[in-house]
Amino acid sequence: MKIDSIKNGIVIDHITAGRGLELYQLLKLDRLDCSVAIIQNVHSNKMGRKDIIKIDADIDLDMDILGYADPDVTVDIIKDSALVEKRSIDLPPQLTNVIFCKNPRCITATEQELPHVFRLTDLENRIYRCIYCETKANK
Amino acid sequence: MKNLIDILELSTEELDELIALAEDIIARPEKYRESCRYKKLATLFFEPSTRTRLSFEAAMYELGGQVLSVSSGSSSSAAKGESVADTAKTVSCYADIIAMRHPKEGAPLVAAMNATVPVINAGDGGHNHPTQTLADLLTIWREKGRITGLTIGLCGDLKFGRTVHSLIAAMARYPGNRFVLISPEELKLPSYVKKDVLKNRNIPYTQTTDLEGALPELDILYMTRVQRERFFNEEDYLRLKDSYILTPEKLEKASKTLSILHPLPRVNEISVGVDADPRAVYFKQVLNGKYMRMALILKMLEVEV
Repeated sequence: MKIDSIKNGIVIDHITAGRGLELYQLLKLDRLDCSVAIIQNVHSNKMGRKDIIKIDADIDLDMDILGYADPDVTVDIIKDSALVEKRSIDLPPQLTNVIFCKNPRCITATEQELPHVFRLTDLENRIYRCIYCETKANK
Repeated sequence: MKNLIDILELSTEELDELIALAEDIIARPEKYRESCRYKKLATLFFEPSTRTRLSFEAAMYELGGQVLSVSSGSSSSAAKGESVADTAKTVSCYADIIAMRHPKEGAPLVAAMNATVPVINAGDGGHNHPTQTLADLLTIWREKGRITGLTIGLCGDLKFGRTVHSLIAAMARYPGNRFVLISPEELKLPSYVKKDVLKNRNIPYTQTTDLEGALPELDILYMTRVQRERFFNEEDYLRLKDSYILTPEKLEKASKTLSILHPLPRVNEISVGVDADPRAVYFKQVLNGKYMRMALILKMLEVEV
């Protein structure tokens, strides 16, 4: 399968196979007016299978969302058809309005205007908890 | 100490300081009688409570301060749909310190994020109840002379029992303590509490459904009520509510130096016959709660006596 290379833009590589579409939605890439390609189940020596997203524009990516959703991805910045920067992603210490608390006993269940804030409480196991009720985020 | 939302915000040094201050209040109450003169405590209780609200109010009065009180959600602006954040901002204009109880988990944290005066969590749903833990710690200290090297049995609703989670978290930070978790299968301690507080820190614990079998090895027995308000399903509540009932007969197997605590109110999990047993200290625990709240108010208002 052939997909055009991009001249100026971003390649999100090493996405866990099957999660490409979820990342596309979380990053709200459907709102862009440039070309975006989601390539699924690509052969990878490192991962076996992986997904890739190519964005044909140099946009501000929300690294926190990316870090939370799939922290093993790499982000390649392309300029004039050449790879100029390779960024690795860290788990963000806190996420606001990225994940939403589903605990019906949480104050966020009744107060609609409160931001949903989750904090990284266990780095090793990548666990985020709601700052209000401490409910664990489920991916 | 700006706010107290979770007992773990207090270091063991701060807990020790509060215990020492409470001991001094007990020994010399007259010294503190005017210490909060012209200060006002607002007790915002959006969920029914007798002892906690009265304990806070008694604590403030005994320090010479005054109290502004909301005793149910339906009699406040919350009934008109006011947010917790707005309530906290408004009450900050009237009071020097706020104690808040709310049925929703995290509501006191929202209040603390918006208030300009210190906020004490007086219980948020099934989540945290740090001042109950302060009462528990002072009681253990006064009964045992230490809060280290103890075998602590916790019995009843260990799943939804917020006082249980906070007490385990607080006591696990002191050396030499071990826990015996006694509950029906459906009300076992949540796995994240076990993992985060006990397993990860190699704190010894055992789990059992057998109260009588566990009794002889305990220094402390912390009984809890199965709380109707924590269940979405009435059938589950009715099936589990009488899982454990402590009676004088069962206590025959317990150590002579056992201390029996209960955060109260009790329903029938401790028979009234146990009250006369010198090992039953749950009403002393109520009194200790008032002293610890006095100590906490003094610390949070930064009043030097």
